[in-house]
Amino acid sequence: MKELICITCPKGCHLKVDEEHGYTVTGNSCPRGEEYGRAELIHPTRVVTSTVRCTGGSRPHCPVKTSRPIPKDQMFEVMAALDGVTLTAPVAIGQVVIPNVCGTGADIVATKAI
Amino acid sequence: MFDLIVIGGGPAGLAAACSAWDKGLRKILIVERDQELGGILNQCIHSGFGLQYFKEELSGPEYAARFVELVSHTGVEVRLDTMVLDITPEREVHMVGKTTGYRVEQARAIVLAMGCRERTRGAIAIPGTRPAGVFTAGATQRYVNVEGYLPGKRVVILGSGDIGLIMARRMTLEGAKVLACVEVMPYSSGLNRNIVQCLQDFDIPLYLSHTVTDIRGKDRVEQVVVSQVGPDRQPIPGTEMVFDCDTLLLSVGLLPENELTQQAGIAIDPRTRGAIVYENMETSMPGVFACGNVCHVHDLVDYVTAESQRAGAAAAEYVLSGEETPGRVIEVKNGPGVTYTVPQHIRPQRLDKGCGIFFRVNRICGDSEIVVTSGETQIAKFKREHLAPGEMEQIHLPRVLLDKAGDALTVSIREV
Repeated sequence: MKELICITCPKGCHLKVDEEHGYTVTGNSCPRGEEYGRAELIHPTRVVTSTVRCTGGSRPHCPVKTSRPIPKDQMFEVMAALDGVTLTAPVAIGQVVIPNVCGTGADIVATKAI
Repeated sequence: MFDLIVIGGGPAGLAAACSAWDKGLRKILIVERDQELGGILNQCIHSGFGLQYFKEELSGPEYAARFVELVSHTGVEVRLDTMVLDITPEREVHMVGKTTGYRVEQARAIVLAMGCRERTRGAIAIPGTRPAGVFTAGATQRYVNVEGYLPGKRVVILGSGDIGLIMARRMTLEGAKVLACVEVMPYSSGLNRNIVQCLQDFDIPLYLSHTVTDIRGKDRVEQVVVSQVGPDRQPIPGTEMVFDCDTLLLSVGLLPENELTQQAGIAIDPRTRGAIVYENMETSMPGVFACGNVCHVHDLVDYVTAESQRAGAAAAEYVLSGEETPGRVIEVKNGPGVTYTVPQHIRPQRLDKGCGIFFRVNRICGDSEIVVTSGETQIAKFKREHLAPGEMEQIHLPRVLLDKAGDALTVSIREV
């Protein structure tokens, strides 16, 4: 039995995951918690947010995020992939900055219009 | 003449203005001192916003953009780069703007939505030299996320507030080494999820019941000394740990920014450091409402939005229906285990279905009951499995109960 704190939402439910019995999750108050509890033990994932350079706009950087959670152990690899990127304004919210970043299946997308 | 002037264009001000527009006000002005709307959300590039309100996970700029978009479809006037200097009891708002100069605008109602600011080194009196490299966590967040600077490479964080935790992760991802997060209390003031995903994910140690007892360095921070504290929160000699670092981040609390409120003579609650408010977020000055972090510091922007929508709607009602007679006022008090309540005053005759009460507890509690009493009589009880000072709590009291209650209610916590 592994005890976790759910990070899906700010409520922070105290989860118990039974690895020996099919990763059953208890202590969650919504289905997202069940999914998180199972995923956290089998293949933990995280959304990565950062910024990339942006020229021609009102500010020198544009905030970005992964369009969905990526494997936790690839966070630094994804950060490194952002180093070489420079956008040019105008940038739209949701604009794809790097498709399928590091083979994760997630895109890097802009989170601010610049 | 404006129907409504909203002071501050962050999440609180935006939601209040939208909601007042929806209720039928047409002459609305938002005054914002920054160059863009959105407030602090613009520098909160991490995700986790909007899960309650939009039912999806957004970053700060995305959450702000949703409301900026809504405002852009209304006739709400926005003045950026404009600072409010004074509010008078006649509801004149003095402001100075880059392009509009000094103006005095008359409002039928005012919403105060100025937000909060960080406590600084001066507020917590850390001994030591005064080198460069001591930053508040929020200032660092702006440097890293908006300006594009990494202000340090080896970092110690004092305080475990959410912004400090978020910056521990952010600076680690950007290549800095975060050596420790130090918290004077025996528990973290941040959300549990941030301890997990910002500290534990990166093996950053959290030292509870510890504090910074010395800052060393001439021009730049060179070392920070951390000591354990006893139950009296005093450092215990002999427990010192020395960290070689170039940066100390402070995440030691937020203070509602109420200079304007105080100047106007509006009553302030020393517990929240925000205005004392009624059930509809109206302050002690009729027609002036307060919402968001200027009223009490929230953990979640989603709650700021909900509260500010109520304030905006109430401001609209005040303008459209005029001032009501005061009627009976119930005072809400904090009992054992509770540090404050918002609202502090309830006028039951003005309620539709009931009234939400927001509060914080003063310690971590397991299985507990939130008990509401009127005199000696218990009028309501709510069960919780877990309560923590870092997490704002909320209960809802139906009007029927409030109609029967006396002139004072007490909210307290009983561990079971």
